[in-house]
Amino acid sequence: MNLLEAVRLVAARELKVKLRDKTFLFSTLFFLLFALGSSVLPAVFASGASSVAVVQASPYEQKLRDAGLEVKVVADPEKTVRDGDADAAVVDQGGKPQVVAMRDAPGDVVRSLSVAPEVHLLDPDAVDELAKFLVPFMFALVFFFTSLTFGIQIAQSVVEEKQTRMVEILVAAVPVRALLIGKVAAGGLLALAQVALIAVVSIVGSQFTDDAGDLLPLLAPAMSWFIPFFVLGFIMLAALWAAVGALVNRLEDVSNAGMPVQLLVMLPFFAVIFLGDNPTAMRILSYVPFSAPTAMPVRLFDGSAATWEPFVALVILAAAAAGALLLGARIYEGSLLRTNGRTSWSAAWRDRELRSI
Amino acid sequence: MVMSDALRVEGVNRRFGDRQVLSDVTFDVGAGRMTGFVGANGAGKTTTMRIILGVLAADSGSVTWQGTPLSTQFRRQVGYMPEERGLYPKMSVREQLVYLGRLHGLSLERVKRNAADLLDRLGLGERADDPLQQLSLGNQQRAQIAAALVHDPLLLVLDEPFSGLDPHAVDTVVGVLRERTAAGVPVLFSSHQLDVVERLCDDLVIIAGGHIRATGTREQLRTQFSEPRYELRVDGDTGWLRDQAGVTVVDLDGDRAVFDLAETADDQVVLQAALARGPVRSFGPVVPSLAEIFREVTR
Repeated sequence: MNLLEAVRLVAARELKVKLRDKTFLFSTLFFLLFALGSSVLPAVFASGASSVAVVQASPYEQKLRDAGLEVKVVADPEKTVRDGDADAAVVDQGGKPQVVAMRDAPGDVVRSLSVAPEVHLLDPDAVDELAKFLVPFMFALVFFFTSLTFGIQIAQSVVEEKQTRMVEILVAAVPVRALLIGKVAAGGLLALAQVALIAVVSIVGSQFTDDAGDLLPLLAPAMSWFIPFFVLGFIMLAALWAAVGALVNRLEDVSNAGMPVQLLVMLPFFAVIFLGDNPTAMRILSYVPFSAPTAMPVRLFDGSAATWEPFVALVILAAAAAGALLLGARIYEGSLLRTNGRTSWSAAWRDRELRSI
Repeated sequence: MVMSDALRVEGVNRRFGDRQVLSDVTFDVGAGRMTGFVGANGAGKTTTMRIILGVLAADSGSVTWQGTPLSTQFRRQVGYMPEERGLYPKMSVREQLVYLGRLHGLSLERVKRNAADLLDRLGLGERADDPLQQLSLGNQQRAQIAAALVHDPLLLVLDEPFSGLDPHAVDTVVGVLRERTAAGVPVLFSSHQLDVVERLCDDLVIIAGGHIRATGTREQLRTQFSEPRYELRVDGDTGWLRDQAGVTVVDLDGDRAVFDLAETADDQVVLQAALARGPVRSFGPVVPSLAEIFREVTR
């Protein structure tokens, strides 16, 4: 049996266990509902075109109809508004239209009667300010949450094998590398599937609203770059989380031992969100392996990255992920059979026990 | 070295920090033999077994199978039951057997068949699809034994396989293990229960403080460690033995006596002296129990 097959078997078991885990299923379902809700609900609650009341043969009737408003032809428009049967009324006041409404005039009614000045856009593709804030936040949040929750779960799965001493049987049968890679691969697959599912649901949901339809083509390149960055970034962190799991003996100790790795996830998350306006900072962050998965897609989104930049950042990230896997495997080997208390990173690094007869 | 010796541990040393836990450990486990590995807590049994399995490295020394050092490939063919039990608590027994069998390189079809057979043989058939954590401790122990056997191992290394089993379960497990030894598989097992070891093992390895104190077949050890000691039961009183030439009384209790005999003395002379005083109910050499041998060699 070669390494690949061992990895496949380990990963298959992890997947099977996870897909049966109710906590995991419920959290996925919750995320899906949340994504669906946040993309569909605004469209559902948003009121449609305003209704507007006019008198018979009003000169404004056609203009209002052309603007797509719901026009009601009544005898007394003002009364209709007072009764709440229309959002506004348009009456003629000395040859000029007057909008009558209860508290404030519906914008679409006012707009339909105004003359818009001519607009000349110099950079029609530029991203609007809201999207500029929301998109980095979204990328950072997805990467932050997924790598953290799945990372901790990988650490827990390592501890479980250590705690039940299953690991002794396992390392006698397969190389330690196979265990590590199998766990990271299974976690990565599930994380990617979960994110993809949520993305698909959000995109489908956003078809109900008009605004997102415009944003999607702009987002597409950044999103497709997000995938390789996400995968490599995830592998890097997952390998470190596996090492964290190998260092402790009890599930309760995972969060404590995981502090350094948690910081490696948290600091870039806040850095990308708070330094999003600073081009120099973002440029640096987009090359640092721990922040690249969020910072580089953001720079691609707002168009500040040159074509070659994501490739370089990706190579750096891939090297970091490979390094993390090697480090993880060595820590794993050095601490897997130490069952008394917590092992320090340096002791685990020095002390490689296995397979050296 | 005898060629039939399947597994040979030779000159193995290991220290943890500044504590030497194994010193020049050498012994054989013969093909088709049940070899009991006996020692007090902390004597080095588990460390030795881990080194055989390759989950721990030796500082020096070698572990060979039919003369060649154990390869990773071979180690995958070993059935191992670690000292502290470990299986996945939430996975069903059958599933974990299949998983472990596959990890050891068996085809899905064969491992399924093996798992079903073993579960039946060990009386776990009905619980096979329950999560391990819902089984009683005794049944979890049986599952652990099944996990060590599921991949048709060429060598079995079992750390305390009988602890926690009731006498019936011990018999069942022994039956299963005997099938394996009959097929030529060597079995090395450790145990604290000396009476169980005494009943089951063909060969013995006694370890104390990281040193091997005695090895050999059960009979060899008994002969080796039996002093010229006898037990006599008569109808009358045995007090006269104190004055018999060549006799050193060890224990005397009315009609029963245990005594050592000088090497020059003849046991038949003592028997005749007894017969001359009345009926003799029993007379014979005392064979030391394993517990006695153990106390003797580890003293």
